[in-house]
Amino acid sequence: MSVHLADVPLWAAILAAFFLALGAGLTLLGTIGLVRLPTFYQRIHAPTLGTSWGAGGMVMASMIVFTAGSGRLVLHEVLIGLFVTVTTPVTLMMLGRSALYRDRSESNPHVPPFGRADATAEAPDGE
Amino acid sequence: MRALLPYPLLALMLAIMWLLLAGVSPGQVVIAAGVATGASHALSALGEASPAIRRWLAIPELAGVVFYDIVVSNLEVAGILLGVRRMRSAGFVTVPLTTRSPSALAILSIIVTSTPGTAWIDYDAARNEVLVHVFDLDDEAHWRHLITERYERRLMEIFQ
Repeated sequence: MSVHLADVPLWAAILAAFFLALGAGLTLLGTIGLVRLPTFYQRIHAPTLGTSWGAGGMVMASMIVFTAGSGRLVLHEVLIGLFVTVTTPVTLMMLGRSALYRDRSESNPHVPPFGRADATAEAPDGE
Repeated sequence: MRALLPYPLLALMLAIMWLLLAGVSPGQVVIAAGVATGASHALSALGEASPAIRRWLAIPELAGVVFYDIVVSNLEVAGILLGVRRMRSAGFVTVPLTTRSPSALAILSIIVTSTPGTAWIDYDAARNEVLVHVFDLDDEAHWRHLITERYERRLMEIFQ
């Protein structure tokens, strides 16, 4: 399917540009956060900007451009957003749990120890 | 019906996905129905129980709440990363859960993880507690309340 950008009406182009800039901006911000935040557990939060509204904004922009440009509803980009959302927890949990396992094995005082999940009160500030 | 189509919802979703990707035409509808039926029989060979959905109306409600929360927490985390909002301390919160339904837990983990600012780290099945890491932790009770009252309660309405 090809769409000539000249066929896309101005209102759709402006709307798509807004969503594209929003999505790309949030993703960039998440990447900067990933590099600059001080601890591992804080870092895993930053890229979720890219996997939620970062991807969502770009998907939205794509749907607007192709729907407005081809004159029929184009929705299959929704699947990209859906699969990104559903698969993110798999990698995040794997990374998070391995980090937690290592920190617990090393008796790191900033994480709740083995078997006593309610011991978070001992490290109220976490980091 | 169950013998013919072990997972009706999954089959329907697969068929919709096929038609979204391939385009809607009579031939594609036939292929989509075939693929969906075949795939749900393949899954039934794994022996997973199909989750029973009790209240369909609660699904759009939960989706709306989650959509709103994702937008708000995106802005909050973006604000912190930009230095607009001052960052309080990050930390772990243990959240005791009520539900033990695997489907509810799976969806809860997706919600908690997709929302920027909270990450589902570890689940203790024996205690039915989940360890969540919160990016901007001001009040532990607030986050426990958010996860149990805002998400888990609605998931339990859907699945139990």
